Amino acid sequence: MDIDLMMRVYPFFLEAAWTTILLSVLTALLGLACGALGAAARLSRFTSLRLLGATYVSIFRGTPALIQLFILYFGGPQVGIQLDAFEAGVIGLGINAGAYMTETIRGAIISIDKGQREAARTLGLSQFQAFYKVILPQAARLMVRPLGVNLNMLIKATALVAAISVVELTYTAQRYIGSTYKPFEMFLLAGVLYMIIIYATGRGVSWLDRKVRIT
Amino acid sequence: MGLDFTVIPKYLDVVLLGCLWTIAITVAAALVSFFGGILLAVVALYAPAVIRLPFRAFEFVFMGTPLLLQLFLIYFGLVQIGIDLPAFVAGVIGLGLHFAVYNSELIQTAILAVDRGQMEAARTLGLSRTQALRKVVVPQAVRAVIPPIGNNMIALLKDSALVSVIGVSELTLSAQRAIGATYRPFEFYLLAAAFYYVINLGMEWVQRRIERRIAISR
Amino acid sequence: MTESNDFVQIRHAQKSFGTLEVLKDISLNVARGQIVAIIGPSGSGKSTLLRAINDLDALTGGEVWLDGVQVNKKLPHRQYEKHINEMRQQIGMVFQHFNLFPHMTARENVTMAPKMLKGLTAEEADALAEEQLDKVGMLERIDYYPSQLSGGQKQRVAIARALAMKPKLMLFDEATSALDPELVGEVNQVMKKLAEEHMTMIIVTHEMDFAASVCDRVLFMDQGVVVEEGPPEQVFGNPQKDRTRAFLRKELDETE
Repeated sequence: MDIDLMMRVYPFFLEAAWTTILLSVLTALLGLACGALGAAARLSRFTSLRLLGATYVSIFRGTPALIQLFILYFGGPQVGIQLDAFEAGVIGLGINAGAYMTETIRGAIISIDKGQREAARTLGLSQFQAFYKVILPQAARLMVRPLGVNLNMLIKATALVAAISVVELTYTAQRYIGSTYKPFEMFLLAGVLYMIIIYATGRGVSWLDRKVRIT
Repeated sequence: MGLDFTVIPKYLDVVLLGCLWTIAITVAAALVSFFGGILLAVVALYAPAVIRLPFRAFEFVFMGTPLLLQLFLIYFGLVQIGIDLPAFVAGVIGLGLHFAVYNSELIQTAILAVDRGQMEAARTLGLSRTQALRKVVVPQAVRAVIPPIGNNMIALLKDSALVSVIGVSELTLSAQRAIGATYRPFEFYLLAAAFYYVINLGMEWVQRRIERRIAISR
Repeated sequence: MTESNDFVQIRHAQKSFGTLEVLKDISLNVARGQIVAIIGPSGSGKSTLLRAINDLDALTGGEVWLDGVQVNKKLPHRQYEKHINEMRQQIGMVFQHFNLFPHMTARENVTMAPKMLKGLTAEEADALAEEQLDKVGMLERIDYYPSQLSGGQKQRVAIARALAMKPKLMLFDEATSALDPELVGEVNQVMKKLAEEHMTMIIVTHEMDFAASVCDRVLFMDQGVVVEEGPPEQVFGNPQKDRTRAFLRKELDETE
């Protein structure tokens, strides 16, 4: 193993790791927003909205995230959407993650016992009040863990933006593999950083899950 | 620039051929991930510590890093140690191993959840522990996780797009070839997306059929 | 070498979990063709004793012998595994919850072990499955999966599965306890048929009527010891010990 080389290039990997983290945070936020909207649409009273939500989920979960990214980044200019690679990465991956999070959020909400809503309505709460005061607080607690799984997948999916030349961890590893012919060393550098990010995120999710759990 | 879908027919056969390669690599990698997943699960649960621990480390690394990075490692790493595999084979190995690890996690949980009475009944008939695992416990565990394994295989189809970056001429790379000739990325990536979507629907249909068929033997 | 009345021998069986003693120095001889019922309250150790006979629960002390061979012989691990697998082929067992293999049809449940362990060909195994399933009245359901069978049918297939190994001894661990009352009869009938064929059987049961009508001997166990044993007329008709009387009275109340 070429330790010298690894020592020489690791600062570039560290810098790239920050890009991966930033990308993950922004993508997660956009994903959550899309997921919340998607779930609201899927659970709506209006058939047209439900259909729209279902179509969103089906299409974005039914095709590769890489292709979605390519359509946005390379095909976007043809329909008047000019984005730089980083922006395209965040938007493309965020909308994709949102489709998965839609199902997570919806799943948590519909798993809350019907009796809860009925009890709230019996007390005189409106449909809306029952949802915000009774259903959502319970569902939100149930969401933490599965959303953590979505987040884990999302962090790994940020590697895809290497294919549109965003200088994050995988792109950096790929570039140095090309220039140094040391794939194992470069994999090790990038891999360790990914595992740190994913491990730390996982711990954070577990902490949050414990904190909000009703025992 | 606008959109012009009339360029598609001329390159349709290129993209269709790519489609076939995507199906081929998905099926091959799905088989690797299925049987590899069973093997990994049994090793992770029952092998002696000297074998088990390295396998666990392997699992940990594969679950903690992106598939794309793993593909680079396998493709370029094997070249470095003198094994020059065709991109297709490297892709099958990479995709197959990646999903084998996820399948293994599912199967391990399922093995531990098989009723203790099943092992007892098999041992009572005179089967050894290994025979009982092979004929009785593992087949039941695998049946129990067929639905999530099916989901993994559908995820595998979509992740098969990544092997385009190591030069496998599957659907995504075929679309890129057509784009290289026409400068029409939107049209051809959309076409590729449509094909992926259709294959995806096909796999979901097969998944439902298999689930219905095994429901009786669970 | 083997006297007819010690076909099965349990000598000073002892078992404890930590400080809890579940079997306290139990000895029992069963003659070839004899049918012994073990009754007693839950937690009395009757199931543990039964499961010790084929070493599903290992004894902490004492010996089990079948037809002149010690079942729980002290051997190095590998040799012991081989030995116990051979012994278990000779000891059929039927469980309370059937433990049929859900991923196999009735036929496959019956033929799996004989094919695997006795090298039967597919034709031989099929003939065997038909013979054994016919015996328990399940021939029409031969290609059904367990999920398509009632509890009583499952238990009959489970008996056929055990019989297909041509065991010298059959163990029944509360074979009818998990069944709906209307399904108990069909399983009891199969067991009666085995009795008529002079199969050696040890039956843990809570069905006093069945024990009285089928068994040659009844053992009443409580708190890890055999409190009383004898022919059914004596144990049920004229019990000698207070504990036996109390138990039987309670059982009788519950069934009425």
